[in-house]
Amino acid sequence: MKVSYYPGCSLHATGKEYDQSMRAVSRALDIELKEVDDWCCCGASSAHNTNFDLSIALPARNLIAAEKDAMDVMVPCAACYNRFKTAEHHLKADKDLKAKIEGVVGAKYQGGIAIRNPIDILYNDIGIDTLAAKVVKPLTGLKPVSYYGCLLLRPPEICEFENYENPFMMDKIMAAMGTEVKNWSYKTDCCGGSLAISKTAIVVDMCDNLMNAAREAGANCVVTACPLCMANLDMRPSEGKKLPVFYFTELISLAMDLPGSKDTFKSHIFDPQPLLKQLGLI
Amino acid sequence: METFLEEVNKKIHGVPLQACYHCRKCTAGCPMTKHMEYNPNKVIKMIQNGQRDKVLGSSTIWICLSCETCITRCPNKVDIARMMDVLRQMAIETGVGAHEKNVLKFHEAFLAGMKRGGRINEPFMMVEYKLKSGDLFSDAMLGLDMFMKGKLSLLSPRTKDMKSVKNIFEKTKHS
Repeated sequence: MKVSYYPGCSLHATGKEYDQSMRAVSRALDIELKEVDDWCCCGASSAHNTNFDLSIALPARNLIAAEKDAMDVMVPCAACYNRFKTAEHHLKADKDLKAKIEGVVGAKYQGGIAIRNPIDILYNDIGIDTLAAKVVKPLTGLKPVSYYGCLLLRPPEICEFENYENPFMMDKIMAAMGTEVKNWSYKTDCCGGSLAISKTAIVVDMCDNLMNAAREAGANCVVTACPLCMANLDMRPSEGKKLPVFYFTELISLAMDLPGSKDTFKSHIFDPQPLLKQLGLI
Repeated sequence: METFLEEVNKKIHGVPLQACYHCRKCTAGCPMTKHMEYNPNKVIKMIQNGQRDKVLGSSTIWICLSCETCITRCPNKVDIARMMDVLRQMAIETGVGAHEKNVLKFHEAFLAGMKRGGRINEPFMMVEYKLKSGDLFSDAMLGLDMFMKGKLSLLSPRTKDMKSVKNIFEKTKHS
């Protein structure tokens, strides 16, 4: 299959491991990625916190750019995904707003392409059986908890993610990679998001709670699909509380032994390599 | 004259706040209540009571993370997350400002970065935030570690058609 690809700002910087592993996994699964032409930032929390029109116009500009390629657009970053879906929702529901935003962007929005996150594409379009068949190095000994966070799931009418209070797609994908996925009740809790920099102590507390809960569940690592969750969980928990955190695509890449699959672990702030070495996975 | 409640409802542009029957499910699920001056349910009551200055001047509206648990669980589909966005925007537009100054300064630094390059360059954005907030030294070691690991690139690619981005900022600017 071929899709448009919107990496967003994080995947070019703090979340580069997600971009690298996403591209590797896509290649291995014959998903051709066409990067959206000359994209700009989606506006993230800062736009919707301060200016509604701006928070719709920025994703609209990117959606209109993606529409030129007439393919579904894959948006790996949960925050960008949420902003794209929110813009789509408002543009389709409110004709006056649509006209206003088209005036701001200077182009027409058709609304003809689907906004997809990679968990959905891998689970529903590629399928667990195909994923499992490509595993050459099962990740035996790795015991992750799946952490979905907020932005992929909520609000459910907009995000259209399965089972928004107890999602399972990432759990199933991780199990297919040979990991022993642990169940926990913090799959959809918040990591503290954009307050990490301006209200750090609160976010440290939230991340500590998540790490405690992961340990109680018997996990030895956490798996995420969001660069903001990754940044907070990788950097913010107190010393002694931290567990290795992976993008789900990094672990798929490792299990499929794809080129470069070991490279992305080096740039994590909390080094996951000792755990992977101990388990004989690298 | 429009009441505060009417004004907020108009801006939310969805289910009116009167639909809230105060079951407090929003507040039970909110991860931030322990850090808030007024919990989400209390904010709805205060809006209904017309307590404009207290609401717009509260820390609550800046502590809200927009995790959207409230709207997800509200049995009456009152969009409390959108309400918080609306209240923050009203606080900015009416000159009340932000009770949690650094939260707004972070957003301003973020948007300024976007206006400059179309995409966020994290090192420049962080420097701008630090200068705005005066919080110069926190995360310095973390920043260095990130830089050494190649997570902070000084030369990240920018959007080429910056005219279109600047135009969006210009046309959506508050009058």
